Amino acid sequence: MPNGIAAHADPHGHAPHPALQHHFQTLDQQHEAATIGMWVFLVTEVMFFGGLLMAYLLYRVWYPEAWAEGSLDLDIALGGFNTVVLIASSLTMALAVRSAQIGAQRATVGWLLATMALGLTFLGVKVIEYSEKFALNHVPGANFVYEGPHARQVEIFFSLYFGLTGLHALHMVVGVSILSVITWMASRGRFSPEWNTPVEISGLYWHFVDIVWIFLFPLLYLVDRAHQFA
Amino acid sequence: MTTTVLPRVNYLNVRTTVASWMLTKDHKRIGVMYLVVVALAFFLGSIMAAGVRIELTTPQGDFVSADTYNRMFTMHAVFMVFFVLIPVVPAILGNFAMPLMIGAKDVAFPTLNLMSWYIFVIGFLFTVAAMVLGGVDTGWTFYTPYSSNASTSNVLLAGLGIFITGFSSILTGLNFMVTIHRMRAPGMTWFRLPLFVWAIYATSLVMILGTPVVAITLFMVVLERAFGFGIFDPRLGGDPVLFQHLFWFYSHPAVYIMILPPMGVISEVIACFSRKNVFGYSFVAFSSLAIAVFGFLVWAHHLFVSGISPYSAMIFSFLSFAVAIPSAVKTFNWTATLYKGAIWWRAPIMWVFGFLGLFLVGGLTGLFLASLGLDVHLHDTYFVVAHFHYIMVGGAIMGFFAGLHYWWPKMTGRMYSNSMAMLAALLVFVGFNLTFFPQFILGYLGMPRRYHVYPEEFQVLNVLSSAGASILAVGYTLIALYLVYSLFRGEEAGANPWLATGLEWKTESPPSPHNFPETPIVNEGAYEYSKREIKVA
Repeated sequence: MPNGIAAHADPHGHAPHPALQHHFQTLDQQHEAATIGMWVFLVTEVMFFGGLLMAYLLYRVWYPEAWAEGSLDLDIALGGFNTVVLIASSLTMALAVRSAQIGAQRATVGWLLATMALGLTFLGVKVIEYSEKFALNHVPGANFVYEGPHARQVEIFFSLYFGLTGLHALHMVVGVSILSVITWMASRGRFSPEWNTPVEISGLYWHFVDIVWIFLFPLLYLVDRAHQFA
Repeated sequence: MTTTVLPRVNYLNVRTTVASWMLTKDHKRIGVMYLVVVALAFFLGSIMAAGVRIELTTPQGDFVSADTYNRMFTMHAVFMVFFVLIPVVPAILGNFAMPLMIGAKDVAFPTLNLMSWYIFVIGFLFTVAAMVLGGVDTGWTFYTPYSSNASTSNVLLAGLGIFITGFSSILTGLNFMVTIHRMRAPGMTWFRLPLFVWAIYATSLVMILGTPVVAITLFMVVLERAFGFGIFDPRLGGDPVLFQHLFWFYSHPAVYIMILPPMGVISEVIACFSRKNVFGYSFVAFSSLAIAVFGFLVWAHHLFVSGISPYSAMIFSFLSFAVAIPSAVKTFNWTATLYKGAIWWRAPIMWVFGFLGLFLVGGLTGLFLASLGLDVHLHDTYFVVAHFHYIMVGGAIMGFFAGLHYWWPKMTGRMYSNSMAMLAALLVFVGFNLTFFPQFILGYLGMPRRYHVYPEEFQVLNVLSSAGASILAVGYTLIALYLVYSLFRGEEAGANPWLATGLEWKTESPPSPHNFPETPIVNEGAYEYSKREIKVA
C-alpha cells in the first residue's frame, strides 16, 4: 500500500500507530474503509428519506392546491433563518476538518463547538416552529383542526411535514451527539495530520444532513410563494 | 479423514466465558451467534407452520378460529422472512466464511458487526413480544389501511421489530461491502474472488438500497397507527397502493437477499464436489449483480390486480421475465459444471442437487405468475404459496444447508455423520415436494391462500401437504440431532476435509482467532481443481 503508515510488521521496528486497529494493515487502509463505509451509509440514508419523498411527490402531484395551502402555513422566516444557520454550520464543519488535517488542535475544537452551537440553534428554532403548530392544532391526528377547502389533504401535507422534518431533526440530534464525542476526542489530542478520519467522516454525515434540509426547505416552505410575493 | 489433533487455541476455545461471546468482535463467533438466534426463529416459525398445516387437514375450521389462524400464518411468515431467510446465509455463513475466503483478519468494522447482531436480537425480541401478546393478523405484508387503521392486533410491536431488524441488515450489508472492497488479501483480485463472495457483494447492494425503503415504509405505518398521521389513509385522500409500491420496492428485492447468497453457496459446493472449475465463472459472477439490479425493477408484479395501469403492468411483466435470464445463466452454468465432473457423493452436494431441482420449479412457476393474464387467475391462490416456498425453502433453505454442511467442519472442527446427512437431505427433499407440489394444483384449482376453511374437494391434496410437512419436520429434527451430536462425538475434520481450494481451507479447523498465521498471498483463481491431482474417495 503506497504511503502506508505504521504497518504491523514494520521493518524498521516502529510501534504501530495507536489508532490503527489490529485487523487493518495500514492507517491508509483503515481510512479508506471508514470513508467508503460512511459514503455507503449516506446512500442508505438517501433511500431512507427517499421513501418519504416518494409519498411527498405523489401527493403533491395529486393535491397541488392542498400543498400550496399547507405550505403557506409554514413560517418562511424561521425556515429561512434555519437554512442560513445550517449552511453556516457546514462552513464551520469544513473548517473543523481542515484544522484537524493540518493538526491545529485548538482550532479543531473551536470549529467543532461552533458547528454544534449552530446545530443546536437549528433545533431550538425547530422547537419554536413545532410548538406553534401544536398551538394551532396543525399536528395530524385526532386533534387536527384546519379551516380550508382542502383540509383533509392538508392533513397529509402536515403528516409529511412532520415526518420529514422530524426525521431530519432526529438526524441533527444524532449529529450533535456524534460531534460532542469527536470534540472530546479532539480536545484530548487524538487527531493528527496522519489520523483524522473520525473528524472527516463525521463531517460527511453533517454535510449530508445539511443537504437534506436544503431539499426540505424549498419542498415544504416554498411550494406556492410566488403568488405571495408577486 | 486426516487425524490431526484440533489446534490448541482456536476461535471457539480461546476464551469461553459468556462475556467473551457477548462482547466478541470476531466475525466467526458472530456468525455462530446468528446461527443460534436464527435457529430459534426457525423453530418458532415452524411451530406456526405446524399449526397452519394441522388446521388445513380438515375442510372445517376445527383446530383454531379464523382469527387465530390469521395470526399463525402471519407470525409464521414474519419469523421466517425477516428472522430466518434474510439473515440465514449472509449473517451466518457470510459472517463466518467471507472474511476467511478473502484472506482478511476480520470484517472492516468488527464493532459494528457485533452491534448489528444486538440490533437483530432486539428486533427479534420485539417480534417475539408481539407473538406472546397475541400475534399479528395482517399477514406479513402489513397492507394498509388494515394494518394502519383497522387491525386490533400487535402491529405496532411487530412493525417496530422489523424496522429495528432492518438496520441490522443494512449495517451488515454495509460492512460486507466495505470488507470486500478494502480487506482482500494481496493478489485476491476481483476475478479471483470465490463466487460466494460475489454473491454476498450483490446481496449487500440490495440490502443497502432496499432495506432503508421498507424501514421508512414501516415507520410511516407506525406514525399512522401510533400518532394518527395520515399518509396512506384513504379517508384523507391517501393511497393504500402507495404502501404496496413502497413495501414491494424492498420486499421483492428481499427475495434476492434470500436467494443470492445460497446461489453463491451452490457455486462453491458444486465446484468442490465435481472437482472442476465453475463453468463460465465471470458469467456466474456478473449474473449475481444482474439479479441484484434487475431485481429492483420488478416489484409491481405483486400489484397486477391492485389497480395499476395496464401499461406499467406490461412493463413490469416484461422485466419480471427478464430477471429470469441471469437466474437461468446460473442454473445452466452449474449444470455445465457438473457435466463430466468427478461427482463426489458427500452430503453437501446432495443439498445442491435438491436446490437445483426445486429452484428450477420455483423459478419457472414464477414466469407463470409474471404473465399478466394468468396472474389474475392465480393471484392470492395456493399457486403463489407453492411458488415462493419452492424459491425460499427449496432454494434458500436447501442452499443454506448445503453451505452449513460444507463449512460445518471448518466452523466446529468436527465431522457429522455423512450417511445421516444424506438421509436428511433425502427426507427434506421428499417432504418438501410432498408438502408444496399439491399446493400448485390446489392453487390452480382456485383455493385461495390465507383461509382456514375450504371446500371438501380440496381435502385430499391438503392432507398430502400436511403429511409432507411432517416428513419435513422429521428431516429438520434429524439435522439438528446429528449436528449437535457431531459437536461432542464427531471425528476431527482436519484443515481441509473436502480437499477444497479456497483460502478458508488453508487455515486450521476451527480457525485461530485471527484466521491466518500470516496474511495469505493469492496467485491463482478460486477453483483450480483441475490443476490439483487430488484423488477423492
